[in-house]
Amino acid sequence: MNAPASFEEVRPGKGQRERLVVVGNGMAGCRAVEELLARDPDAFEVVIFGAEPRVNYNRIMLSPVLAGEKTFEDIVINDAAWYESNGIELISGDPVIHIDRKARTVISASGRVKPYDRLLLATGSDPFVIPVPGRDLPGVVTFRDLDDVDKMLAAAEAGGPDGEPGRAVVIGGGLLGLEAAHGLSLRGMAVTVIHLMPTLMERQLDEAAGWLLKEELERRGQTILTGADTECILEDSGHVAGVRLKDGREIPADIVVMAVGIRPNVALAKAAGLEVERGIVVDDHMATSDPAIAAVGECVQHRGACYGLVAPLWEMCRALADALVGSPSGYGGSVTSTKLKVSGIDVFSAGDFSGGDGSEDIVMRDAARGIYKRVVVQDGKVVGAVLYGDTSDGNWYFDLLKKGEDISDIREALIFGQAYASGGALADPNAAVAALPDDAEICGCNGVSKGTVVACINGGAHSVDAVRSGCKASASCGSCTNLVESLLALTLGEAVETGPKTMCKCTSFTHDDVRRLILERELKEMPQVMQELHWTTPDGCASCRPALNYYLLCAWPGEYVDDQKSRFVNERLHANIQKDGTYSVVPRMWGGLTTPNELRAIADAAEKYGARTVKVTGGQRIDLFGIRKEDLPAIWADLNAAGMVSGHAYGKALRTVKTCVGSEWCRFGTQDSTGLGVKIEQMSWGSWMPHKFKIAVSGCPRNCAEATIKDFGVICVDSGYELHVGGNGGIKLRGTDLLCKVETEEEALEMCAAFIQLYREEAHYLERTAPWIERVGLDYVKSRLLEDGDAPRKYAARFRISQKYSQIDPWAQRAGGDRKDLHSHIAQVRPLQLEEAQ
Amino acid sequence: MIGEWLDIGPVGQIEPGMARTLPVLGGEEIAVFRTMTGDFYALVNKCPHKQGPLSQGIVHGAVVTCPLHNWNISLRTGEALGEDDGCVPTIPLKVDAGRIYLLREAVLGRKAA
Repeated sequence: MNAPASFEEVRPGKGQRERLVVVGNGMAGCRAVEELLARDPDAFEVVIFGAEPRVNYNRIMLSPVLAGEKTFEDIVINDAAWYESNGIELISGDPVIHIDRKARTVISASGRVKPYDRLLLATGSDPFVIPVPGRDLPGVVTFRDLDDVDKMLAAAEAGGPDGEPGRAVVIGGGLLGLEAAHGLSLRGMAVTVIHLMPTLMERQLDEAAGWLLKEELERRGQTILTGADTECILEDSGHVAGVRLKDGREIPADIVVMAVGIRPNVALAKAAGLEVERGIVVDDHMATSDPAIAAVGECVQHRGACYGLVAPLWEMCRALADALVGSPSGYGGSVTSTKLKVSGIDVFSAGDFSGGDGSEDIVMRDAARGIYKRVVVQDGKVVGAVLYGDTSDGNWYFDLLKKGEDISDIREALIFGQAYASGGALADPNAAVAALPDDAEICGCNGVSKGTVVACINGGAHSVDAVRSGCKASASCGSCTNLVESLLALTLGEAVETGPKTMCKCTSFTHDDVRRLILERELKEMPQVMQELHWTTPDGCASCRPALNYYLLCAWPGEYVDDQKSRFVNERLHANIQKDGTYSVVPRMWGGLTTPNELRAIADAAEKYGARTVKVTGGQRIDLFGIRKEDLPAIWADLNAAGMVSGHAYGKALRTVKTCVGSEWCRFGTQDSTGLGVKIEQMSWGSWMPHKFKIAVSGCPRNCAEATIKDFGVICVDSGYELHVGGNGGIKLRGTDLLCKVETEEEALEMCAAFIQLYREEAHYLERTAPWIERVGLDYVKSRLLEDGDAPRKYAARFRISQKYSQIDPWAQRAGGDRKDLHSHIAQVRPLQLEEAQ
Repeated sequence: MIGEWLDIGPVGQIEPGMARTLPVLGGEEIAVFRTMTGDFYALVNKCPHKQGPLSQGIVHGAVVTCPLHNWNISLRTGEALGEDDGCVPTIPLKVDAGRIYLLREAVLGRKAA
């Protein structure tokens, strides 16, 4: 659009100062002017336009204003006197609506025309409002300026219905959203944070730190809903009444704050025909595609990056001012760091902490003090850091990162912070420990001093475990294990004995330790286990994740939510992956029994889904090979329709119960082995175990079902049932041990359930019953199950509770549309240049 | 006009710690990963060892463990880590305004072996 003809073009006369018009009276605009004045106070005649009707204030301090920790006066950067004494004309509350590049004038909403020689755009950014129904309702606000804060304060003041505290919903669990939630919470509102991602502040924090943050905010009374997708804003009599999520949950609210992100405000620049992508495109001297027009702050895009933090903005302003006074320095982009401004919660992040090859994570966790520190090192340099609970070294790490300093020499002590690491001689953690006085406390939990630990080591304790049992140091929370290890090394040198094998390289704990501590400390989520047990990696590895998932599932049936991303492929997809990437499908056949109807359905499915091989398995069922990942839900639906469920042929779980025909048909049969096999399978199907678990029931000692090489085997005899355990027909052949003999089917079923549960509760992940029994001894298993007459009942009862939550057919869930993302492709690419394929 | 970048949809379609697949007609299937920290990577969906579908592996840090034989593959470079030796092609990827883009020529350039 062109400027109205009535506006007159004004040009500066000779000898006059150049005219600089700044669009935007925010932090970037004013800072740029300040930088310019500092270099040459007389170079320009300055006019600043501001959309807000007030002087320049520190926008990032709005959070403390909302929280009541500061007043507006406290956060004013430049008061009216500043504009006046520097001869700056401030036009506030009258935004610029048009730039006439040809005439070099700007036009304001009220029709004011200002000519410029140089124009600076500092239009900042706009809050992003998610496009859901109800977003325009009164009571839906963003968190960007003082007006927004005033609206939130009014809502807090007004309270909820019936004199209850007001209810606020904050959409967005990023930096801004959490600061808004914190402020509203301090203002007495009941606050719910809705966040789309599974962890808070996922752009700045890793999963471990995000989890700690969530815990702390919940402890402070906020409700945090992660993985929550907003469907719409609810209305009642023309005002906001709440939020409905896509999963159907409704959260009542008197005010809804949208804090999901910001967008560079580029409308003015775009209309003026400047080059605009995500932001206004600028060069290293902050010049736009029109050399007379520069831009700084959140509205710009520099080398492809847009910034929403304050530090880059300062750097841009310096580069701009240098360019304007004729000594260009150039802006090279910014490395940013983040701190959350929530009082009492210290969170810091900087750089790249996504980890990866060539990069190395140094992790320190102190569960007792709620501390998580992670520094990412690559090629001897710090490339990223995430700190939670203790951020005192944040700036030091950030400094090392920005300067790209070689930290190889202080690598060992880096994680302990600047005080340790820059101490020269103290760079070696052993040296640091050696320097401690004898009365220095090593183990805070048990009050053990360095002198006591050393005396214990000198008294013959040559391993961490021996020290733990000798003087209790590191026997409780384990966070001083490193210190004890250092003392062992200092005192004994090479003679230190290493303890039992740890679970994996991520932890110093053994499988048994981890299982015990999960129960003792009621650890119920994976990030919690990793934090409390001082995991040395941010999110575990392919070895500990599945193990922890199983241990938690076993410890907290019905409570722990199975984590699909910690499952091996077969358990994730409920089918067995084959070497060509297709899958095999095995429906359950109870006790090896089938019917013509089931066989027909299997035959139909085999044809319909192109099973290239159909094979009878060793476990008395039928395996369909060559099924594609995306066809799995459909084939399961077909098999379900014929009454069949998953055979769990893919799981660390009960596989099959193999039977012979028993007394119903066989002339040698002593009991109804088939019937018992069916009952056992119906009792135990669906249960997750440390490893796969096979059962068989033979109707007589001829043992046609090969029960003596199964994890649990029943051999029927005239007088009852022999129960055998720990057999294995795999790599290492092992015959079963006789556990006991019982007289009735009921007793056999109960002992079977009890044995399974004991194995589930005590074996290590990926340990079959055979090596487990070799490790703990048959006598131990017998003592747990047979010495106390009530024991089988207790174990079996726990198994049944667990089964209540396990006996849900996963195939039916998936066939019903659950976790479609695991089976479907994102899309398919069909190249246009098909001629190449001809 | 066909852009340089191929828009394959919103970031929300991949759960952190997981991957999804993108078959390419007449080319190699691509696996698009999202790490627990929210970074995205795209690799040809074939382990350099025995062509296992990497998309079905467990993701930890910026590494995926192949579901067939537990090779660890770097999501950044496609290289096998540790003792193992091999490399799978990576596809340049960018995320912009909540959508995932793959470099078109890299997607189309990979004909099936």
